[in-house]
Amino acid sequence: MALAKASAPTIEPAVTVRGLVKRYGEIEAVRGIDLDVTPGELFGFLGPNGAGKSTTIKILCTLVTPTAGQAKVVGLDVIKQRTAVRREIGLVFQETTLDDYLTADQNLRFHGAIYGMPRRTIASRIEEVLELVGLADRRESPVRTFSGGMKRRLEIARGLLHSPRVLFLDEPTIGLDPESRQVLWKYVDELRRREDITVFLTTHYMDEAERCDRIAIINSGEIVALGTPASLKGAVGDDRVRIVTADNDASILTIKKKLRVDAVPDGDALLVAVPDGESFVPKLFGIGLSVQSVSVSRPTLDDVFLAHAGRRIGDEEQAAPRRWMGMGR
Amino acid sequence: MTTQAVPSRIEFAPVASPIGGLSHELRAIGIVWQRDMTRMLGDKARMISTLLQPLLFLFVLGAGLSAAVSGSSHGANFKTFLFPGVIVTGILFTAVFSAISIVWDREFGFLREMLVAPISSSSIVIGKCLGGATIATVQSVMILALAGTVHVPYRLGLIFGLLGVVFVTSFTMTAFGLVLAARVKSVQTLMPLVNMMLMPLMFLSGSLYPLGPQSPRWLDVVSRFNPLTYAVASSRTLVINSLAKSNPTRALFYPPTWSGWAVPGWLDVIVVFGVGVALLAGACLMFARTE
Repeated sequence: MALAKASAPTIEPAVTVRGLVKRYGEIEAVRGIDLDVTPGELFGFLGPNGAGKSTTIKILCTLVTPTAGQAKVVGLDVIKQRTAVRREIGLVFQETTLDDYLTADQNLRFHGAIYGMPRRTIASRIEEVLELVGLADRRESPVRTFSGGMKRRLEIARGLLHSPRVLFLDEPTIGLDPESRQVLWKYVDELRRREDITVFLTTHYMDEAERCDRIAIINSGEIVALGTPASLKGAVGDDRVRIVTADNDASILTIKKKLRVDAVPDGDALLVAVPDGESFVPKLFGIGLSVQSVSVSRPTLDDVFLAHAGRRIGDEEQAAPRRWMGMGR
Repeated sequence: MTTQAVPSRIEFAPVASPIGGLSHELRAIGIVWQRDMTRMLGDKARMISTLLQPLLFLFVLGAGLSAAVSGSSHGANFKTFLFPGVIVTGILFTAVFSAISIVWDREFGFLREMLVAPISSSSIVIGKCLGGATIATVQSVMILALAGTVHVPYRLGLIFGLLGVVFVTSFTMTAFGLVLAARVKSVQTLMPLVNMMLMPLMFLSGSLYPLGPQSPRWLDVVSRFNPLTYAVASSRTLVINSLAKSNPTRALFYPPTWSGWAVPGWLDVIVVFGVGVALLAGACLMFARTE
């Protein structure tokens, strides 16, 4: 183990993408993407529907051939070493790909065989992955008796069965109710603790992107921002510190003089924009202000998306159902 | 318990079998075949319906037609004559429908699970083909068991001969279904198409009536281009040859001819098999290209 850790920095990236382009006729779904994913990372692809997330993930999974550029998964070329790449990755698609008529066990055994797993390890590995997603007691149940959330968890278990080095989750919580989403994430966290694996996921939910080690924000086929959720939010703007004091006018002057920042009145409070709100707050108490209340708010990933794409990620989400309703009438 | 939970891929990855090798592909073919078996055994309604249909042909159609035919052909037993044709008709439907289950797999996503695996798509197609062939053969065993009821003798040589012909025919028909399934992506389009294709195949094969000099010229010609004609002819050759020399039923059968030359039973089987191999190769190519 110690050796493995020591040699970790020399291991090739889990995913490498250079100048990736995918065109469908006139439409350019992916327009020159560059990307590196570190082994062990939980990497998120955040963007609205139709931004090119799924196309990119399909290229990485060897399901779609790129028009131009290069993509490697654990050092293997997705075009030239297709079969080898497939052995090293686990896939969970947006839509279910289970056989409803088979039991969970039969689905997993099928998977083990087509992935060429050694026969003697299959049974114990099935038990392990089912236990990991909390379905060990449903091993012999037909999949058609499973709920949507259970099916998704079984698919994650199946994706892990052959011990892939990268697990791709394409919108893993789409179509699930909030409670099932919560449960699913609990298991994703658990599998990251137990398995030595890189997780690459796409999502259009802000709260899911927040959970990632790093995210790439994708819009109209291009990566518009890439980094940790904190650094991305830090880059768009400062934290906003809202202060209520006994004498706001006097406080503005004091803050300006002692801390060299501008406070602006906002109703009965003062607003201060600073890069790091939490470390700013204690300073307020050392300069003789009579502070009555303080709150710090951060920019959200939605603010990040807005800053880079010029619109909110939820805009079309909200528009879409309305369109459907209109069509129904 | 705790010691069991710890090992993860560190323990499993190094012992994984080599991918893309022949043994891996054979194993994939095996598991695709096995899944079809599991599903067939679990689907009672389908098993019953595939068994009932040939019985309908044999005993209802057979009874009706024997009454009409017996007057003109002196003591021949039409049901005996019909028996091989009914077997072939039964496997025609079973095999094709089992092949096009791959379209359902596509619709419900499972095809994707198979196609993203580190195996050749041909292994999936071949596994499906052998699966359909096996299911159709098993079904025909049930019909073969009824041979005695229509005066076909229970002879070991005959039964095994028929099983061989049945398996080859089932294989070819499943391959035909796979070609259709590769082309047509939706179940709604496929169903009418399958009916449109199977009915002529069935009626132009001589399975349910005698083909020969008494048939209209065009029918005689067209039937020679139908692979199913050879499947019917080979199984009928086996049945007819098992009958006594004096049995008038023998007179009902005329083997297909190629410019006057009567094609022997063994060559019939080779023709059917050749067509099957060609169709299977076509299906493999089509799946590799389009999926």
